[in-house]
Amino acid sequence: MQDFAELLDRLSFEPRRNAKLALLTDYFASTPDPDRGLALAALTGELDFRHAKPAMLRSLIGERTDPVLFALSYDFVGDLSETIALMWPKREGANAAPPNLSEVVETLSKAGKTEVPGLVSGWLDTLDETGRWALLKLVTGGMRVGVSARLAKTVVAGLGSLSPDDVEEVWHGLKPPYEALFAWAEGGAEKPETNNPAPFRPPMLAHPIDEADFERLQPEHFAAEWKWDGIRVQAVAGRERNGATARKLFSRSGDDISAAFRDLVDEFDFDAAIDGELLVMIEGRVQSFNALQQRLNRKTVTKALMNSAPVGIRAYDLLALDGEDLRERPFEERRDRLEDFLDRLGHPALHVSPMVGFSSWAELASAREDPARFDAGEDAAAIEGVMLKRRDAPYVPGRPKGLWFKWKRDPFLVDAVLMYAQRGHGKRSSYYSDYTFGVWREGELVPVGKAYFGFTDEELLKIDRFVRNNTLNRFGPVREVVHTSENGLVLEIAFEGIARSKRHKSGLAMRFPRIARLRWDKPPAEADRIDLLEALVNDDEKA
Amino acid sequence: MGALINTSREHLILTEAGLYCPAGGFHIDPVRPVKRALITHGHADHARAGHGAVMASAETLKIMAARYGEDFASVTEMAGIGESMPIGNVAVSFHPAGHVLGSCQIKLDFSGFRIVVSGDYKRQADPTCAAFELVPCDIFITEATFGLPVFRHPKAEDEIAKLLKSLELFPDKTHLVGAYALGKAQRVIALLRQAGYDKPVYLHGALEALCRLYEEEGVKLGPLEPVGKRGRELAGEIVIAPPGQLADRWSRRFGDPVTAAASGWMRVRARARQRGAELPLIISDHADWDDLCATVAETGAEEIWVTHGAEEALVHWCGTMGLKARPLNLIGYEDSGETSESGGT
Repeated sequence: MQDFAELLDRLSFEPRRNAKLALLTDYFASTPDPDRGLALAALTGELDFRHAKPAMLRSLIGERTDPVLFALSYDFVGDLSETIALMWPKREGANAAPPNLSEVVETLSKAGKTEVPGLVSGWLDTLDETGRWALLKLVTGGMRVGVSARLAKTVVAGLGSLSPDDVEEVWHGLKPPYEALFAWAEGGAEKPETNNPAPFRPPMLAHPIDEADFERLQPEHFAAEWKWDGIRVQAVAGRERNGATARKLFSRSGDDISAAFRDLVDEFDFDAAIDGELLVMIEGRVQSFNALQQRLNRKTVTKALMNSAPVGIRAYDLLALDGEDLRERPFEERRDRLEDFLDRLGHPALHVSPMVGFSSWAELASAREDPARFDAGEDAAAIEGVMLKRRDAPYVPGRPKGLWFKWKRDPFLVDAVLMYAQRGHGKRSSYYSDYTFGVWREGELVPVGKAYFGFTDEELLKIDRFVRNNTLNRFGPVREVVHTSENGLVLEIAFEGIARSKRHKSGLAMRFPRIARLRWDKPPAEADRIDLLEALVNDDEKA
Repeated sequence: MGALINTSREHLILTEAGLYCPAGGFHIDPVRPVKRALITHGHADHARAGHGAVMASAETLKIMAARYGEDFASVTEMAGIGESMPIGNVAVSFHPAGHVLGSCQIKLDFSGFRIVVSGDYKRQADPTCAAFELVPCDIFITEATFGLPVFRHPKAEDEIAKLLKSLELFPDKTHLVGAYALGKAQRVIALLRQAGYDKPVYLHGALEALCRLYEEEGVKLGPLEPVGKRGRELAGEIVIAPPGQLADRWSRRFGDPVTAAASGWMRVRARARQRGAELPLIISDHADWDDLCATVAETGAEEIWVTHGAEEALVHWCGTMGLKARPLNLIGYEDSGETSESGGT
């Protein structure tokens, strides 16, 4: 537990991906089974036991400490688990050895609800501050140390010579503590047998297309389809040995998101793996991303939400059918099989994503400009560009060169004024690199978003200098910079969409905002007004 | 308010310049220029320039001269450690506080009624200064920088081990350690030497003079080199700089260093993040909560005055132990160590 605690502690402060990889590699290479596998499960969110609730923690600390000292401490620290971890007074005479991770996980998974408080306080007595903090993170179920499941799997793959996608392929058929996986990764054992009837298959991804690509590529070698603005998913179903059907919906990164989309997943009645886009569909019409957003990042979902935002899939590809792996087949063949399969299935929420017919790049360009006029009709608002796929390409996990391209719709642009700048992290900690910008509303600037990329290193230096030389106020790591109608820095912001948001003062939230250009030439008075952004908010949302 | 407090107020009163002893005609650690000052230690929030006469330990006088120039006061008097000296109607003595080189508590003895002003102190071992001496007294005026039970400092040796482990794991990165120029920087270096690290330690210019002074006072720091114009060639080396330089333009020369910060505040994650620390090292030159409580009890004082820091919690704790206690709101001392490059942490 103490080693795991030290790992979490280091990870929580480490901004660099490479350093996180190094810390995790060091831990996995030096920690024995089953602890390392349980750590992997904790980091990838695969541990499932009765979690401790804040109320329970409060009562534990209440039994041990003076309420005034606790209140003052909590007020200073600001985080309940951390306050408890730091001020926990060990019981007199407590000198048991700290538990190892497997002891904690196994005991908790078997424990009844009434036993949990006693177990947790007993362990707290044996650990130091960092150990207690890690234990409380573990038992409350929130790691949040900036390690994605993908990163953790990448580390395991890197223990030997596997690729992260190799690990993804077997992942969902394995269970903690993953001893067979570590043995395989370290080269001492065969690939684990998984017998998983509904496995995740690492997706094939596209490269953004360049102007220059068009000269090189032949239109007749490629098929085109709409790029939907939803989330990329894999819908998989298959028969268990006992005849039952296993049904799964995976995100692009391999997270099992079935629980949040039961309305869709429970209807899967096939033995196949479909690659497609998850979208909200009302009466067959594809809704914008904003409609989908309310259903994302939820563990479960209410009936009311299922009814008001029903989801469906626009299918792009067919990876497996009735036990046959189709990934080696050329795109054209897979596409035919997909159309045929969905036709026979006749499922109301599973539709093939239509192809876009074109004979020249110019023709495709005009389809991309105006999807509504190219058969997309009312669905056009949910289209964010076109995809180009080589007709003869197999389905290759990862981002192979030259096979798939994405040609996104041009982003929206707005000229905004820099209002606040915050120091970055890690490599950027000496730079003011996170920018809050605003647009005009009734003669005042209102903040409408934050951006922290899109600029070159050279531009960063210039903005940093501007921030330092034009500071009005300092609030810790944040500086307020000059922003009057005459003086200030205008930033051209590119973004993918905009929606209503109660969280922001302006009532608007941008998707994927980034800095497109620095407009040193433009006086702030000429920056855009909020009306421009209001006009971009999807019409049905206004109603 | 009890009779004792009223009596003691005549012994030591609070003025705009700080604590004043009418019987002796002197201030202790005044925050503005006064006629006569007794100084506990050399951190700039306690030791200021421009007083008429200054009495302090030999090391503190040297530190003040190094920081402010030889003429930092009109007259200086060296206080012998543990020697009782009459000033007016009070007997004054200086006793090691274990905070930084030369740091002292000041005992005021009014015909047997004893008040001890702790200044800043710690009880942890420190190879760079004399250890804290427990001075029994009737009134103990304690600091409370880390006066909350969330602050329990770990062993400094273990924190240094974290730094060395990181250096092993990331041998191609400069390890940039933020440490205050007086006390913390030298302690970090001395701890590195104790742990067997014998390569040169590279110093930001602001640390050079005080490191030299420590060496002259017999604190061995091993090979030290100025950073000077060097940058990326210090990959895999340890560089020590004032905390304010960690995330500023000066640090860009090292490319993408591992940023460590040595301070008691590193115990709290939000504070460590605010400082931009990627490798927080909980090394403090102040007493932690347990040591504050223990010291208060061990002095045998019946009354505790609590200054600069989290007064409220310590005053409350004293109350639960049946001790009279009150906060003494001294203005002008760094209570958070957040921005100052002079105050201790």
